[in-house]
This record gives sequence, structure tokens and C-alpha cells, in this order.
Amino acid sequence: MDFTFTDDQRQLRDAVQGYLQRNNGFSARTKVARSESGWSESLWRGLAEELGLLGLFVPGDLGGASADSVTAMVVMEELGASLLVEPFLETAIVGAAALAASEGGEAELRAIAQGDARFALAWAEPEARFDRLPRATVARRDADGWRLDGTKSVVTAAPVATHLLVTALADAEPALFLVEPGAAGVALQGFPTIDGRRAADVTFTQVRLPISAPVVRGAEAIERLLDLATAMLGAEALGVLRRMLDDTIAFTRDRRQFGQPIASFQVIQHRLVDMYMRLELATSAVYRAVLSLDAAPAERMRAVSAMQVTVAEACRFVGQNAIQLHGGMGMTDEVAVTHYFRRATVIESEFGSADYHRRRFAALSRAV
Amino acid sequence: MDIAWSADELAFCEEVRQFLADTLTDELRASGSRMTSVYADPGKALAWQRILHAKGWVAPAWPVEHGGTGWTLAQRYIWQRERIAAGAPPVSPMGVQMCGPAIIGHGSDEQKAYFLPRMLSGEHFWCQGYSEPGSGSDLASLQCRAEDAGDHLVVTGQKLWSTHAHAANWGFFLVRTATGDRPQKGITFLLIDMTSLGITVVPTVSPAGENIQNEIFLDGVRVPKANVVGRIGDGWTVAKYLLEFERGGVAYAPGLQIDLDEIERFAGEVPGDDGGRLIDDAAFSDAVAQARIDVMALEIFEFRAMGDAGAGRFPHAVPSLMKIRGTELQQRITELHMLAAGRYAAAYQPQAGVSGGPVRFPHAADGFAGPREAALAPMRYVSERAASIYAGTNEIQRNIIAKILGL
Repeated sequence: MDFTFTDDQRQLRDAVQGYLQRNNGFSARTKVARSESGWSESLWRGLAEELGLLGLFVPGDLGGASADSVTAMVVMEELGASLLVEPFLETAIVGAAALAASEGGEAELRAIAQGDARFALAWAEPEARFDRLPRATVARRDADGWRLDGTKSVVTAAPVATHLLVTALADAEPALFLVEPGAAGVALQGFPTIDGRRAADVTFTQVRLPISAPVVRGAEAIERLLDLATAMLGAEALGVLRRMLDDTIAFTRDRRQFGQPIASFQVIQHRLVDMYMRLELATSAVYRAVLSLDAAPAERMRAVSAMQVTVAEACRFVGQNAIQLHGGMGMTDEVAVTHYFRRATVIESEFGSADYHRRRFAALSRAV
Repeated sequence: MDIAWSADELAFCEEVRQFLADTLTDELRASGSRMTSVYADPGKALAWQRILHAKGWVAPAWPVEHGGTGWTLAQRYIWQRERIAAGAPPVSPMGVQMCGPAIIGHGSDEQKAYFLPRMLSGEHFWCQGYSEPGSGSDLASLQCRAEDAGDHLVVTGQKLWSTHAHAANWGFFLVRTATGDRPQKGITFLLIDMTSLGITVVPTVSPAGENIQNEIFLDGVRVPKANVVGRIGDGWTVAKYLLEFERGGVAYAPGLQIDLDEIERFAGEVPGDDGGRLIDDAAFSDAVAQARIDVMALEIFEFRAMGDAGAGRFPHAVPSLMKIRGTELQQRITELHMLAAGRYAAAYQPQAGVSGGPVRFPHAADGFAGPREAALAPMRYVSERAASIYAGTNEIQRNIIAKILGL
């Protein structure tokens, strides 16, 4: 066993941290989140060109880094600590992993590495809550290719995306389709999310797709892709949680009431200790999930669902108490911690609530 | 002992329901039932207050001679429950529930004659100036200075978390007129015309993107001494009186029950993870049941407190226990609401509700994705984090009970 990072991973962490401190500081990031477009093209280009980060999962011969998932975990944690709003997870992790596993897709993979593509993953359906597999979105074969019909709810990054990855039943088999957001029959109802990103409900009406549109086929392949996304979201959460803990420790040491720092009160100290313990246990759960991504399906799914429950509860506990211990300041937009709290709140259920993952874990445990 | 309502109380309930049915417009109902936080839109709340004023029902807790209703505590409880159930917005509490009692208990005859009728009619819309950057939980350490200038006080300082100060034309303030051995001494309770020279109101934006709270900067504001409530230097007594005035008349359970009813109804309309309705989901329905059980216990606790207060008994731990338990349940119910919202828990759509102040974060102008109940969930979840912080944090409330227990 070995839970240490390589020198390369440590250097990458430093490089990502430095780049984001220079280019995605609190006020710059807030400005982007509140802008009309909701993302920064220059930041995105920098991630591709200065750091080579967008090609993390792109094969080397297509301009990428062919990195492993532990390296991706290191990157995601730093993106979380910086509250990046751009669709890195959807593009460099999910998009690249889906296309790298498919036949073809070289052009899209190159575009990802170069910063010319932004992906969104449309999986959840209004009829199915957090079910990971499609139910009512259907692709039918016809003479020219496929016809796609259905609705996806709260598709993160859809309004900023150049490519949509859409789960659908293809002749009753779950599959993942690559769809252009501008294609005829695709309609978006867009809105911001509470964490400053963009999302949309997306409706597909008789959308014509080429015969090559399914990039991934089969329930296990879709589960695997969503497990990767969930594990990487967990890694992002670690950066969010760490920042909330650090900020709250700093605030309570600084804030004086009744003639002393409020951090000197035992009730505050114990709360902070509980927050710290949640963070450490969430970190451990994320390590297990990331290191199980290539394991047998049942083991992988159990590790990822266990992680999501642990991370969701940590997000809630640390987030709520970070606000509480900031007192009135915790109810303003001025302090960074409230922005981290909103991101943590979204992470709690982005890829399924704790209840969903507990149930999935229990079902898998019974099957073992 | 008897747990049932009396025939008179049931008849009163019918009267209240009839009044609400007759007077509430759809717009008013929307402004009460689709609130994104505990704060109603000031304009809508004032429109409702004018209707109540015509009926004489603005200030149920006030003595009749000042324009109160003369209702028993039970009637006030029924009124509150029916008002919330009908979707009427709450009347702004800063005037009628906070400043009003201070004037009734400690004000001069001139102050009573001038301010109380204008408070009832809504001509004066009030805000509070208590907290300061260095004085939150430790309120008595407040520094906002009021210098004696003959028949005036000259006030200079900064106040925080002033709800709806941007909409208010009057404010009640705690200011320091002297420094002494105890910080509670030398504090004065002062009524200030918010249009006075030297007052600047700066909006505070909440994590839900709403401007409900404000900072108030006072720079050499001249306030007539006639606006001091009680004696100069005796403001702490007035502030404590104000807090105790509504004892026995405050209740959380009615609102919590109605919130749970709405969530349960909504959960019957949305899918669960296993294909059925969410309300059939064992984990979700267990969580709703637990919340209901906890609200039921709180409800009887509140009835007991009401009975005690009616008999002139005021157990000291009661307000703190109610505040802790009420706000914790309020927050837990917003968590259930978030669960019911599913993926829409992430969507920022304040336009689906009625905000208590201007919305400062970008959002769609009209229309919204998903069900309206889902759109309200994240607004309420984020806003309700304030409940365990405001009006004395729940940590401070526990300190109070600990002292009462002799710890």
C-alpha cells in the first residue's frame, strides 16, 4: 500500500494552484460566474495551453497527457479549492474518457486538449430523479442513422457546451450519444445554478443523429463513466471542504466577542474538530473510490457510492457549520465561504443524493 | 388537563378563515406562500397590513387601548396558524412586534400618540439598528456613539444586519451615551427618522443573492432627545422588555406543519429513485415522519408555554428552547425540501418565488424550469441558514439555558 503522491503529481498540484491563484482569484471568479456567458475563454485557453490540463485524459498521440485517475484527482481537488466554474469535469474528465473509450472521436479529443471543445453530460431525467440509466429518452434507428427523443433535466454546462453527451435507450440498450447543441430539434431552457454555473433542461425532439453517434454502449459502460465523474466530483469536494475548514478556523481565531477570540470557546473548538474529522474521512473515501475505478464493477460501484454518501454528509456538515461559525458574515455574499457552501450544496446531489447512493450500496452489498 | 380547543376558539377559527377567504387576493396569497425566505416583500406586506388595519387586526399582542385586538394567547395562536395556511404574508415584525412594545412599555405619552397609530397604519415602516461589526452575540459591547448636544443627540457609528432598512422610514437604535463599569449601562434606545441627514444605507447581499439586510452608516445624525424611549442610559432595560413582550405568543409549530404538508404534497407528485412517487420512498417518508414527530412535540411544548403565560408564569428557558428547536426544525424541513427538489436543488430560479428584497444575482427574467416547489427549495435552504444565527445564535441560546440549569 502507498498513499503518497509522486513528484510529478506534487509539481502538477503546485502548478495548477499557482495558475488558479493568478487567474481565478475570488473576485475574478465571481465576476465570471455573474457574467452573461458564465465562463472565461481566456482561463479555459490557459488551462489548455499553459498547463496542458484539458488534455489530461486525452491520449498522447492526440495532444494529451494520458494521465491516470490519481493525477486527475489531484487536479480536481485544486479546481475545487479555486471554485472553478468552467466545465472541466464534463469536458476533460467525462468527455475525454467517453471518447477515448470509443471508436473514432480523434477530432473531438484533439479539440478537448486544445481547449476548443466544452462538453456537458445529459443523464438525469425528470421522470427518473437520480437513476443513472436512461428511461424515457429514446433513440430509434432509421434509414439514415438515429432519431433522438426525450428530456434531460438540469444538465450542468449545457448552455456553454459545444458538445452534449446524452444517455438514451438505443433499441432498448442504454447508450451515450454525442449530440451538437445546435442541431435541429434540440431545445434548451437555461438557468444559472446556485454555485454560479450554468445549466439547462434540454429537450430532444426527433433529433437526427449519424449512425456513428453512440460513443459508448451498454449499461456497465455508462455506470462506469458516471462512477468516474462521481469520484472526480468527490475529489473536487475535498478542495471545497478544505477551504471552508481553513477559512472558518481563521475567522474564529480572528473574531472576538466577550473579550476573547470565539475560537477559545469549547463549543466552537469541538465543532471545528468535527469538521476536520469529516474532511479527513471524506478524503479517505475519495482515495478508495479513485483507486477502485478499475476494479470489478460491483467493487467499483460500492466504493463510489460509499464515497458519495461520505462526501455528501461532509459537504452538508462542514458547509452548514462553516456558515454558522461565521455568524452574520456567513449570511453575506462578501465572504468566500458562502460561495464554497453553495458549491458544496450542489456537490451533495450532483450525481445522486446520499439516499440514492445508500440504496445503491445496499443493493450491491446484498448481491455480493 | 385538556388538549382540545374550546367551542369559542373553534368559532374564532371559523371567523378568521372567513376573513382570510374574503380579503386575500391571489397576488397577496402568492407573496405569502411563495416566499423565498422568512422575509416578505415589504410592499406586499404593507398592502396586507392596510387590509388588516381596516379590520383592526394588525397588532394582536398589543393592549386594546393602543389598537390591539384583545385576543387570548390561544386566539393569537389560531390567527397565526390560519394566516400562514391561507398564504397571507407576515406583517413586518420590526414595527408592530419589536419597536411597538418598547414604546408601549417605556415610551412617553407623546411618543405613544404619535408613533403607535402610524405604526399600525403602515405610514411608518420600521427597521432595527442593533448589531455592529464588533458587536453581534456580545451586543452590549456596542460602540455607536450618541453625543449630548442640548436638546439633541448626535449619533455616529455603524449598524449591521438591518432588515429592510432600504425600505424603512423609521428605525429604532441602540446607541452608547456613556461608558461605565458594565457595558449594559450607558446604552440608550433611540428612534431615528431614516430620512435624517447623515444616514447612509448600504445593501448587504445574502448568499441567496437577495438584498434584505443592510448596513447603516450614521455620521453626525442629529436626533431630538424627545425620540429617546425610556431614560437616557437605560436602553438595555427597554431592549429586554421588547424581547419579553411576546412571550407565549410566538409559535413555530404552525408554520412548520404547513411547510411539511406542502413538501409531502409535492413529494406525491414527483418521481422517486425506484420509479414510484418520492413519497413512497422509504428513506424520504421516514425523514418526513421524523420531522412531523419532532414538530408534534414542539407543538405541545408551545401549547404548554401558552398556558403558562396565560397564567402569568414565564419559565425562563422557554424562549431559548423554542428558538433552538423551532429554527433547527425549520432548517431540517428545508433539507427535506431540497431532497424533494431532486436535481432542481441546484437551480437558481428566484423568479419562481416572491423575494423579500431586490435580487442581485443574475437569473432568468421570467419562466422557470421544473416544478415551482422545486425552484423554491434552494432559495429557502440557503436563506434558512440564517435562522440559527439571527436573534441570538443557537450557541448563545444554549448558554442561556445552561445558566438557567445552574451550570
